[in-house]
Amino acid sequence: MIEVETGEQAISIHFLSDTFEVRSSLQALMDDMEGRDYLPEERGTVELVLAEVLNNVAEHAYEERGDGKIELDIDYISDGISIQLQDFGKPMPNGQTPLGMPANLDVEVGDLPEGGFGWFLIGELAKDLMYERKGEANHLTFRMTLGES
Amino acid sequence: MELSSSDVAGTRVVKVIDTRIDAAVAIQFKDAMRSETEGGPERVVLDLSDVAFIDSSGLGAVVAAKKLLNGTHVLELAGLTPVVAKVFKLTRMDSVFAIHADVAAAVPALAS
Repeated sequence: MIEVETGEQAISIHFLSDTFEVRSSLQALMDDMEGRDYLPEERGTVELVLAEVLNNVAEHAYEERGDGKIELDIDYISDGISIQLQDFGKPMPNGQTPLGMPANLDVEVGDLPEGGFGWFLIGELAKDLMYERKGEANHLTFRMTLGES
Repeated sequence: MELSSSDVAGTRVVKVIDTRIDAAVAIQFKDAMRSETEGGPERVVLDLSDVAFIDSSGLGAVVAAKKLLNGTHVLELAGLTPVVAKVFKLTRMDSVFAIHADVAAAVPALAS
Protein backbone atom coordinates (compact mmCIF):
# COMPACT_ATOMS: atom_id res chain seq x y z
CA MET A 1 0.00 0.00 0.00
CA ILE A 2 1.36 3.39 -0.87
CA GLU A 3 1.25 6.20 1.70
CA VAL A 4 0.80 9.73 0.47
CA GLU A 5 1.16 12.89 2.55
CA THR A 6 0.68 16.27 0.97
CA GLY A 7 1.78 19.63 2.33
CA GLU A 8 1.33 23.18 1.19
CA GLN A 9 4.38 23.08 -1.09
CA ALA A 10 5.34 19.43 -0.82
CA ILE A 11 4.31 15.83 -1.25
CA SER A 12 5.77 12.74 0.33
CA ILE A 13 5.06 9.22 -0.95
CA HIS A 14 6.20 5.99 0.69
CA PHE A 15 5.85 2.75 -1.25
CA LEU A 16 7.47 -0.57 -2.13
CA SER A 17 9.77 -1.45 -5.01
CA ASP A 18 7.03 -3.35 -6.84
CA THR A 19 6.30 -2.34 -10.46
CA PHE A 20 2.67 -1.61 -9.74
CA GLU A 21 3.34 0.30 -6.50
CA VAL A 22 5.82 2.42 -8.45
CA ARG A 23 3.13 3.07 -11.06
CA SER A 24 0.53 4.03 -8.43
CA SER A 25 3.00 6.33 -6.72
CA LEU A 26 3.81 8.09 -9.97
CA GLN A 27 0.08 8.41 -10.61
CA ALA A 28 -0.44 9.94 -7.14
CA LEU A 29 2.29 12.47 -7.89
CA MET A 30 0.84 13.25 -11.32
CA ASP A 31 -2.60 13.84 -9.76
CA ASP A 32 -1.05 16.15 -7.15
CA MET A 33 0.85 18.11 -9.81
CA GLU A 34 -2.28 18.40 -11.93
CA GLY A 35 -4.07 19.88 -8.91
CA ARG A 36 -1.24 22.42 -8.64
CA ASP A 37 -1.76 23.45 -12.27
CA TYR A 38 1.42 22.01 -13.77
CA LEU A 39 1.04 21.48 -17.51
CA PRO A 40 0.77 17.99 -19.03
CA GLU A 41 4.23 18.22 -20.62
CA GLU A 42 5.83 19.32 -17.34
CA ARG A 43 4.15 16.47 -15.51
CA GLY A 44 5.23 14.04 -18.22
CA THR A 45 8.87 15.07 -17.95
CA VAL A 46 8.84 14.65 -14.16
CA GLU A 47 7.14 11.27 -14.53
CA LEU A 48 9.76 10.17 -17.06
CA VAL A 49 12.74 11.04 -14.87
CA LEU A 50 11.18 9.51 -11.75
CA ALA A 51 10.15 6.38 -13.63
CA GLU A 52 13.77 5.91 -14.73
CA VAL A 53 15.16 6.51 -11.24
CA LEU A 54 12.58 4.28 -9.53
CA ASN A 55 12.91 1.43 -12.03
CA ASN A 56 16.62 1.58 -11.35
CA VAL A 57 16.04 1.30 -7.58
CA ALA A 58 13.63 -1.61 -8.08
CA GLU A 59 15.90 -3.47 -10.50
CA HIS A 60 19.33 -2.83 -9.03
CA ALA A 61 19.19 -1.59 -5.42
CA TYR A 62 16.44 -4.11 -4.56
CA GLU A 63 17.27 -6.62 -7.32
CA GLU A 64 13.61 -7.05 -8.37
CA ARG A 65 12.57 -8.13 -4.85
CA GLY A 66 9.41 -6.04 -4.92
CA ASP A 67 9.23 -5.46 -1.15
CA GLY A 68 11.93 -2.82 -0.65
CA LYS A 69 10.97 0.47 0.97
CA ILE A 70 11.20 3.64 -1.11
CA GLU A 71 10.62 7.16 0.24
CA LEU A 72 10.05 9.97 -2.20
CA ASP A 73 9.90 13.55 -0.95
CA ILE A 74 9.17 16.38 -3.31
CA ASP A 75 9.24 20.12 -2.66
CA TYR A 76 7.56 22.45 -5.07
CA ILE A 77 9.97 25.36 -5.52
CA SER A 78 9.67 28.59 -7.49
CA ASP A 79 11.15 27.39 -10.79
CA GLY A 80 10.40 23.67 -10.58
CA ILE A 81 10.64 20.81 -8.14
CA SER A 82 13.26 19.46 -5.78
CA ILE A 83 13.38 15.69 -5.31
CA GLN A 84 14.76 13.59 -2.47
CA LEU A 85 14.69 9.85 -2.79
CA GLN A 86 15.68 7.30 -0.20
CA ASP A 87 15.92 3.51 -0.40
CA PHE A 88 17.53 0.84 1.73
CA GLY A 89 18.83 -1.48 -0.96
CA LYS A 90 22.30 -2.15 -2.34
CA PRO A 91 24.56 0.87 -2.91
CA MET A 92 25.30 2.22 -6.39
CA PRO A 93 28.28 0.44 -7.96
CA ASN A 94 31.46 2.47 -7.23
CA GLY A 95 29.46 4.74 -4.94
CA GLN A 96 28.21 6.95 -7.73
CA THR A 97 25.42 7.21 -10.29
CA PRO A 98 26.29 5.75 -13.70
CA LEU A 99 27.43 8.21 -16.31
CA GLY A 100 24.69 8.23 -18.92
CA MET A 101 26.19 8.31 -22.37
CA PRO A 102 24.31 8.80 -25.63
CA ALA A 103 23.88 5.48 -27.42
CA ASN A 104 25.74 4.80 -30.66
CA LEU A 105 23.01 4.63 -33.31
CA ASP A 106 25.32 4.52 -36.31
CA VAL A 107 24.92 0.75 -36.61
CA GLU A 108 22.91 -1.87 -38.52
CA VAL A 109 19.27 -2.24 -37.43
CA GLY A 110 20.09 -5.60 -35.84
CA ASP A 111 22.70 -3.97 -33.59
CA LEU A 112 20.59 -1.06 -32.31
CA PRO A 113 20.70 -0.69 -28.51
CA GLU A 114 17.57 -1.78 -26.60
CA GLY A 115 18.70 -0.39 -23.26
CA GLY A 116 21.11 1.97 -21.57
CA PHE A 117 18.91 5.02 -22.19
CA GLY A 118 17.79 5.47 -18.59
CA TRP A 119 20.72 7.32 -16.97
CA PHE A 120 21.25 9.31 -20.15
CA LEU A 121 17.65 10.60 -19.98
CA ILE A 122 18.03 11.34 -16.25
CA GLY A 123 21.25 13.25 -16.93
CA GLU A 124 19.62 15.30 -19.69
CA LEU A 125 16.56 16.29 -17.64
CA ALA A 126 17.71 16.45 -13.99
CA LYS A 127 19.91 19.12 -12.44
CA ASP A 128 22.33 18.96 -9.48
CA LEU A 129 22.07 15.18 -9.25
CA MET A 130 23.74 14.03 -6.03
CA TYR A 131 24.11 10.54 -4.63
CA GLU A 132 25.17 9.62 -1.12
CA ARG A 133 25.29 6.36 0.81
CA LYS A 134 24.33 7.05 4.42
CA GLY A 135 24.54 3.97 6.62
CA GLU A 136 22.20 1.42 5.07
CA ALA A 137 20.41 3.94 2.87
CA ASN A 138 20.84 5.39 -0.60
CA HIS A 139 20.06 9.09 -0.89
CA LEU A 140 19.53 10.65 -4.27
CA THR A 141 18.66 14.31 -4.68
CA PHE A 142 18.12 16.44 -7.77
CA ARG A 143 16.10 19.31 -9.15
CA MET A 144 14.05 19.73 -12.26
CA THR A 145 13.35 23.12 -13.78
CA LEU A 146 9.77 23.54 -14.98
CA GLY A 147 7.83 26.37 -16.48
CA GLU A 148 10.08 26.94 -19.48
CA SER A 149 11.20 24.37 -21.99
CA MET B 1 -0.70 -4.72 -23.50
CA GLU B 2 -3.48 -4.20 -25.99
CA LEU B 3 -2.90 -3.60 -29.68
CA SER B 4 -5.34 -3.52 -32.58
CA SER B 5 -4.50 -3.68 -36.24
CA SER B 6 -6.01 -3.08 -39.64
CA ASP B 7 -4.71 -3.09 -43.21
CA VAL B 8 -5.02 0.10 -45.22
CA ALA B 9 -3.78 0.29 -48.81
CA GLY B 10 -1.14 -2.37 -48.27
CA THR B 11 0.06 -1.04 -44.93
CA ARG B 12 -0.62 -2.70 -41.61
CA VAL B 13 -1.57 -0.06 -39.07
CA VAL B 14 -1.06 -1.27 -35.50
CA LYS B 15 -2.57 0.92 -32.81
CA VAL B 16 -1.45 0.82 -29.19
CA ILE B 17 -4.61 0.92 -27.08
CA ASP B 18 -2.83 1.43 -23.75
CA THR B 19 -1.78 4.90 -22.64
CA ARG B 20 1.64 3.76 -21.42
CA ILE B 21 4.55 1.70 -22.70
CA ASP B 22 6.69 1.29 -19.60
CA ALA B 23 8.71 -1.28 -17.67
CA ALA B 24 5.50 -3.06 -16.60
CA VAL B 25 4.50 -3.94 -20.18
CA ALA B 26 7.72 -3.75 -22.20
CA ILE B 27 8.13 -7.50 -22.64
CA GLN B 28 4.48 -8.06 -23.58
CA PHE B 29 4.75 -5.31 -26.16
CA LYS B 30 7.40 -7.08 -28.22
CA ASP B 31 5.41 -10.34 -28.26
CA ALA B 32 2.18 -8.51 -29.10
CA MET B 33 3.90 -6.75 -32.02
CA ARG B 34 5.08 -10.10 -33.36
CA SER B 35 1.58 -11.56 -33.40
CA GLU B 36 -0.02 -8.41 -34.86
CA THR B 37 2.35 -8.31 -37.83
CA GLU B 38 3.12 -11.97 -38.61
CA GLY B 39 2.26 -12.86 -42.22
CA GLY B 40 0.96 -9.35 -42.86
CA PRO B 41 2.05 -6.53 -45.19
CA GLU B 42 5.69 -5.51 -45.25
CA ARG B 43 5.03 -1.94 -44.17
CA VAL B 44 3.92 -1.54 -40.57
CA VAL B 45 2.91 1.78 -39.06
CA LEU B 46 2.69 1.87 -35.28
CA ASP B 47 0.07 4.38 -34.16
CA LEU B 48 1.17 5.85 -30.81
CA SER B 49 -1.42 8.61 -30.61
CA ASP B 50 -3.04 7.18 -27.46
CA VAL B 51 0.30 6.67 -25.71
CA ALA B 52 0.88 9.55 -23.31
CA PHE B 53 3.92 8.04 -21.62
CA ILE B 54 6.93 5.94 -22.54
CA ASP B 55 10.06 5.26 -20.46
CA SER B 56 13.44 3.84 -21.45
CA SER B 57 12.15 0.25 -21.11
CA GLY B 58 9.26 1.12 -23.42
CA LEU B 59 11.64 2.77 -25.87
CA GLY B 60 13.79 -0.36 -25.74
CA ALA B 61 10.71 -2.46 -26.52
CA VAL B 62 9.87 -0.36 -29.60
CA VAL B 63 13.48 -0.72 -30.81
CA ALA B 64 13.33 -4.46 -30.06
CA ALA B 65 10.16 -4.68 -32.19
CA LYS B 66 11.92 -2.93 -35.07
CA LYS B 67 14.80 -5.39 -34.83
CA LEU B 68 12.43 -8.35 -34.57
CA LEU B 69 10.54 -7.29 -37.71
CA ASN B 70 13.68 -6.34 -39.63
CA GLY B 71 14.07 -8.47 -42.75
CA THR B 72 10.37 -9.16 -43.20
CA HIS B 73 8.81 -5.80 -42.31
CA VAL B 74 9.63 -2.12 -42.05
CA LEU B 75 8.39 -0.45 -38.86
CA GLU B 76 7.41 3.24 -38.94
CA LEU B 77 5.86 5.37 -36.21
CA ALA B 78 2.96 7.81 -36.19
CA GLY B 79 1.18 10.11 -33.77
CA LEU B 80 3.85 10.72 -31.13
CA THR B 81 2.46 12.70 -28.18
CA PRO B 82 4.74 15.35 -26.57
CA VAL B 83 6.45 13.22 -23.91
CA VAL B 84 6.91 10.29 -26.30
CA ALA B 85 8.39 12.63 -28.91
CA LYS B 86 10.73 14.06 -26.26
CA VAL B 87 12.09 10.61 -25.39
CA PHE B 88 12.73 9.79 -29.05
CA LYS B 89 14.38 13.16 -29.64
CA LEU B 90 16.64 13.14 -26.55
CA THR B 91 17.88 9.61 -27.32
CA ARG B 92 18.14 10.50 -31.03
CA MET B 93 15.98 7.47 -31.83
CA ASP B 94 13.99 9.89 -33.98
CA SER B 95 16.81 9.46 -36.51
CA VAL B 96 16.35 5.68 -36.60
CA PHE B 97 12.61 5.54 -37.30
CA ALA B 98 10.52 7.15 -40.01
CA ILE B 99 8.09 9.23 -37.93
CA HIS B 100 4.79 10.61 -39.21
CA ALA B 101 2.65 13.30 -37.58
CA ASP B 102 -0.33 10.95 -37.55
CA VAL B 103 -1.67 7.84 -39.29
CA ALA B 104 -3.33 9.90 -42.01
CA ALA B 105 0.07 11.38 -42.89
CA ALA B 106 1.64 7.92 -42.90
CA VAL B 107 -1.10 6.34 -45.02
CA PRO B 108 -2.55 9.02 -47.32
CA ALA B 109 -5.32 6.64 -48.46
CA LEU B 110 -6.77 7.03 -44.98
CA ALA B 111 -7.12 10.79 -45.26
CA SER B 112 -9.66 10.72 -48.07
